[in-house]
Amino acid sequence: MKRHLISAADLTRDDALLVLDTAEEMARVADRPIKKLPTLRGRTVVNLFFEDSTRTRISFEAAAKRLSADVINFSAKGSSVSKGESLKDTALTLEAMGADAVVIRHHASGAPHRLATSGWIGGSVVNAGDGTHEHPTQALLDAFTMRRHLAGAPDGGPTYHREPGDGTGRDLAGRRITIVGDVLHSRVARSNVHLLNTLGAEITLVAPPTLLPIGVETWPCEVSYDLDPILAKTDAVMMLRVQSERMNAAFFPTEREYARRYGLDGARMAALPGHAIVMHPGPMNRGMEITAEVADSGRCTVVEQVANGVSVRMAVLYLLLGGNEPAITTARTQENNDR
Amino acid sequence: MTKILIRGAKVLGGEPQDVLIDSETIASVGSVPDAAGATVVEAEGKILLPGLVDLHTHLREPGREDSETVLTGTRAAAAGGYTAVHAMANTFPVADTAGVVEQVWRLGRESGYCDVQPVGAVTVGLEGKQLAELGAMAESAAAVRVFSDDGKCVDDAVIMRRALEYVKAFDGVVAQHAQEPRLTEGAQMNEGLVSGELGLRGWPAVAEESIIARDVLLAAHVGSRVHICHLSTAGSVELVRWAKSKGWNVTAEVTPHHLLLTDELVRSYNPVYKVNPPLRTEADVMALREALADGTIDCVATDHAPHPHEDKDCEWAAAAMGMIGLETALSVVQHTMVDTGLLDWAGVADRMSFRPAVIGRLHGHGRPVAAGEPANLTLVDPQYRGVVNPVGFASRSRNTPYEGIELPGRVTATFLRGKATVMDGKLA
Repeated sequence: MKRHLISAADLTRDDALLVLDTAEEMARVADRPIKKLPTLRGRTVVNLFFEDSTRTRISFEAAAKRLSADVINFSAKGSSVSKGESLKDTALTLEAMGADAVVIRHHASGAPHRLATSGWIGGSVVNAGDGTHEHPTQALLDAFTMRRHLAGAPDGGPTYHREPGDGTGRDLAGRRITIVGDVLHSRVARSNVHLLNTLGAEITLVAPPTLLPIGVETWPCEVSYDLDPILAKTDAVMMLRVQSERMNAAFFPTEREYARRYGLDGARMAALPGHAIVMHPGPMNRGMEITAEVADSGRCTVVEQVANGVSVRMAVLYLLLGGNEPAITTARTQENNDR
Repeated sequence: MTKILIRGAKVLGGEPQDVLIDSETIASVGSVPDAAGATVVEAEGKILLPGLVDLHTHLREPGREDSETVLTGTRAAAAGGYTAVHAMANTFPVADTAGVVEQVWRLGRESGYCDVQPVGAVTVGLEGKQLAELGAMAESAAAVRVFSDDGKCVDDAVIMRRALEYVKAFDGVVAQHAQEPRLTEGAQMNEGLVSGELGLRGWPAVAEESIIARDVLLAAHVGSRVHICHLSTAGSVELVRWAKSKGWNVTAEVTPHHLLLTDELVRSYNPVYKVNPPLRTEADVMALREALADGTIDCVATDHAPHPHEDKDCEWAAAAMGMIGLETALSVVQHTMVDTGLLDWAGVADRMSFRPAVIGRLHGHGRPVAAGEPANLTLVDPQYRGVVNPVGFASRSRNTPYEGIELPGRVTATFLRGKATVMDGKLA
């Protein structure tokens, strides 16, 4: 693994599998009565959030705390950032406080890249979502969730909505993933296309032409303007959040037209194969890209994705900060030595 | 009376000749065996060009003296081989009155390094609503002939039409910054494959081309001349080529950076590459070079845009647009046009001195290297190879995209009306 996690494109297949397999180990910790490992004791993780994001921030916070790291939450609201302090000065301040890792969420695409390459700080940088660029830990937790459902059975096949299995060591070769919605403005879509392609999945993006970036035809995926013909050939469908403000910039005519053409309702869900799952990065716009019927169904993994997010972020922080030995074995060895 | 003998220089890249300067004028060109009392400049192997003329410079004074002043900017211009620069109007206050343009013009004369020809704003405050007093600026001591809202597009078709018509009264020209504003709201870089991957808001080529198409048609309709600033796309080249084929009075410029750099550099998210119009694709770069070679594009203009360090030492979206260029322009042109065989040195003289002076209606600049002409001259060592190090720049700002890059050629001497502003590669 590199020192930073900025883009899902930075992960090789081996890197990605290492993160996912480590996350499986981390997930087992969550099943213990005491959900804590001593691995990052004495290390400091800063959550640097320039944009509101409750769920991503608390997910990283929970992950760092379960690894026994000290966590500092730095939010742009109510801090000197709102008084016009530059990203550089904020970074220098965090460096002076001894941050070992900075988890950054920023409204400007490329801000984490700048933080990692400018020499302003010496610690690891984890991109927790930058503008309309990337959100690599979201892609990792999505892949983790897909792997448990689509490759988690003992034979490596799908689990048909029974308990998600353990996909350790497996990739997503040949799995058909459909991502629907505002690809143009979606950092989740960009990171997922990179990572899922690395893991061997076959990706289809579905969106109105206005919500696809120029040049999407060169991405390693298929593109469709029409959702219905794709559903029967889908193992997992990921519904992206569509902000209704986009309507004002003429990306689509009305919320109702969007929901009719690209929303996932019960009828469309019924067209999916029996083993297929429905995913959403949250927060959902019920009635817009997804109906309540689908969101509350047993095929929807949105809550599970949140839980998996903690495991995946534990794995990322551990691998960036903790070193080369397996997290849990190290902890057990430590326990043995103490005994 | 001071005499300077430039010995053995290849005038416009031709056969070696001796050029004798007497006071402010070129006294003779040819073989000058002996000139008693003259300072001799040995110029064997060097190229002698007419002093370079820039149609597009941001000197920032008045208002942003933290990034550049008329003095530091004209020193940078002299170091780059320029003897005349056109100072753009987007200062604070805006150069939209006779008072401001006369102030800038006077500061240029006081600097003594390079003539400063102010550009007047087309509209009051660059706001695109009401014509500025173009006639007052034309009749002022600054004798403004080029008018531009550069930095902003004159996007209202009626205002543009009226401006084009009005400046005919004093042989002026409107220099258009072609950028359709609605298509470029929040734009951060060229719209294309790279912007899609990087998640940066795109600045599509059509936003430049649609305005150029409109403006060449307007210029033809009202019989005026229009100049297109910093052409950056292959499509823009096609439109200008078409307009010229119709015989319309259209001229165009290209910046050095659009002749060399592409949007692939933005993958670094380093704001030194953030500029307006944005860096385009390799295909655009090649089309621009070809168009400069065949004359479709009339001239090279730097769009020298100084910014203080803090405006570039930040995340991409927060950074200012623009790059400095006066001190590297000739090297980039040699690298992209001369060393590639697209243009000879006579062509360089044409695109960097003769033609911009004609477009700007300058007197005493862009003249042939011949007896009786004003001694505005630039001596270049084309054999030189060096890595660009902005620490030594005369400009007050350091936002160059060429730091650490090896470029050919160096200005070893610049003469402004017979006075050496640069000698032995150093500012006088």
